[in-house]
Amino acid sequence: MKIHEYQAKEILARYGVPTPNGRVAETAGEAVKAAAELTLPIAIKAQVHVGGRGKAGGIKLARTTDEVGSLASAILGMNIKGSVVRKVLVESGVDIRQEIYLGLIVDRASKHIVLMASAAGGVEIEEVAAQTPEKILKVSLKRHLGMPAYVARQTAAFLGLPPAAGRPFAAIAQGLYRAFIECDCSLAEINPLVVTGDGGLIACDAKMNFDDNALYRHPEIAALRDEGEEEPLETDARRHRVSYVKLDGRIGCLVNGAGLAMATMDVVKHFGGAPANFLDIGGGAKPEQVVEALRIITADPNVNTILFNIFGGIVRCDRVAEGILIAQQKLNLKLPIVIRLSGTNEELARDMLKDAGLIAMPTMSEACKKAVEISQR
Amino acid sequence: MSILVDEHTRLIIQGITGNEGQFHGSQMIAYGTNVVGGVVPGRGGETCLDRPVFDTVSQAVAATGANASVIYVPAAFAADAALEAIDTGLPLVVIITEGIPTLDMMTVYWEARHRGTVVIGPNCPGVISPGKAKVGIMPGHIHRPGRVGVISRSGTLTYEIVNELTTNGLGQSTCIGIGGDPIVGTSFVDALRMFAADPETDAVVLIGEIGGTDEEVAAEYVKAGFRKPVVGFIAGLTAPPGKRMGHAGAIIAGGKGTAAEKIAALAAAGIPVAQRPDQVAGLVKQALGQK
Repeated sequence: MKIHEYQAKEILARYGVPTPNGRVAETAGEAVKAAAELTLPIAIKAQVHVGGRGKAGGIKLARTTDEVGSLASAILGMNIKGSVVRKVLVESGVDIRQEIYLGLIVDRASKHIVLMASAAGGVEIEEVAAQTPEKILKVSLKRHLGMPAYVARQTAAFLGLPPAAGRPFAAIAQGLYRAFIECDCSLAEINPLVVTGDGGLIACDAKMNFDDNALYRHPEIAALRDEGEEEPLETDARRHRVSYVKLDGRIGCLVNGAGLAMATMDVVKHFGGAPANFLDIGGGAKPEQVVEALRIITADPNVNTILFNIFGGIVRCDRVAEGILIAQQKLNLKLPIVIRLSGTNEELARDMLKDAGLIAMPTMSEACKKAVEISQR
Repeated sequence: MSILVDEHTRLIIQGITGNEGQFHGSQMIAYGTNVVGGVVPGRGGETCLDRPVFDTVSQAVAATGANASVIYVPAAFAADAALEAIDTGLPLVVIITEGIPTLDMMTVYWEARHRGTVVIGPNCPGVISPGKAKVGIMPGHIHRPGRVGVISRSGTLTYEIVNELTTNGLGQSTCIGIGGDPIVGTSFVDALRMFAADPETDAVVLIGEIGGTDEEVAAEYVKAGFRKPVVGFIAGLTAPPGKRMGHAGAIIAGGKGTAAEKIAALAAAGIPVAQRPDQVAGLVKQALGQK
């Protein structure tokens, strides 16, 4: 799960990371009011989850209080890569001497939390990694050692920080680490961590992503979710515990199992079609899940064909077929439905579906091919 | 032979009294797996599926001589259950549970490494050596004893491909679901090493998906001298970046972990990669020099 910059800064501030004085505003009026308590120049920053908002014009600097209102109203409502700006962060400007990158991630390859730091801050770290990887320091942090002070010192030395910044830097690195562990992050980064004109350190931008599997033990973080940033159908699906990702094709796919669901999309593409979505109804393909899944898929107006791919396994196919027929009636579906069911009682299931006028195919490839053919008619 | 599980496996089920534990426990017993007991804290002394239930793993091991555990415990408690099994010194722990927090799994991973325990999963279908033992949730009847090893990050996609292997006359030595989470106990390379040492495995099918770099590492390993034919399939060519595709670990992050990169890495290692699941069996036959 992702959160906004202002939320990440609030969390990090609780862990002793210094951040600029700022307020969130949802209207230009609120922004002007907030500015009265801040010092000029004032940064106005779009609060959206997508990256690259600076380049898209979502970050502006107001030199006068008068400018705050006009800049805020220009940014609010702006569409940045599909995200509409509903909030801006209004912040006291900072005297920037140097911009540093400091981040922690769960590194899948090494199975450690890895600290990454670079003196080339202020740009996306992926860019630095691609162009000048030697400018990035990576340190694997052993879980039982945490973030030792010496690692912070080594990092400060790599970054070439002034000696006086050593202790504040260690406090920031250790605060970031504690936040990472205590909040179950998958990523936490400060970019840029600014060295100010007088040698101080301040986190001017922050990003935190959380492990969805751990949200159950952090209700206060789960409550920070901004559903306005999500595809509405994906929000709907998540609430019904259906795993769904919207794409832009015409074939609505319902599959049991995530790997098979991806493979089904790929095979649809292989035969020249375009999947409308990823959808995993779970290994068991329970009837009530089928109803919810069909409702969500058919709410997408692009969908002109529905493709089921169910590998029955232990589940009985006739019961899945029953669920599909109930769902079709309940939702009064008129769209063509192609179904592949494989497993226990599959012949019985295919007969039931054919009797109801649905297209039952014996294999995954044949079903995908048929769905592509129908969707292109 | 086979790897990880066979007729000598003496299995305990952690979470045997739960819905999943009972259902899949009875399926494993019906398949012929030697299930010797179960562990459920607070339920010691009871019986479930005609097997004794114990409060702790160490009690279960002392009473039954168990040498493997399978975990069906809910996500919030599963990592602790795995740590208990590792602490007892069991050589094999299979975690079926989906939804374990990543940082908890990181602790389990390193503890298992220190103790020399093989952990399979989490978020996986388990391990089966057809005709010998089934430890997990996969449908037993689609498998046949044979000489092809299967390693996969997924569940039903593995069944799909195993089913194709079986109907094409290719039985399996062992099929391992390594799991769909970002951190899993056993990687592709770990599993390939085990198959390399198994004289009854002639070829290996590697089923990967988007996210992470485990397939790329496996490709390097194969290139460096894995002597048996390997056939690959990678799911997620059509997956958009930045979106989690069901599995916690199936995400293209920071532009890394795409299916195209993985397919290229496997191909560069001389591994034929199927474009569709139903082409895998044919490629295995070709690799084995069969028609």
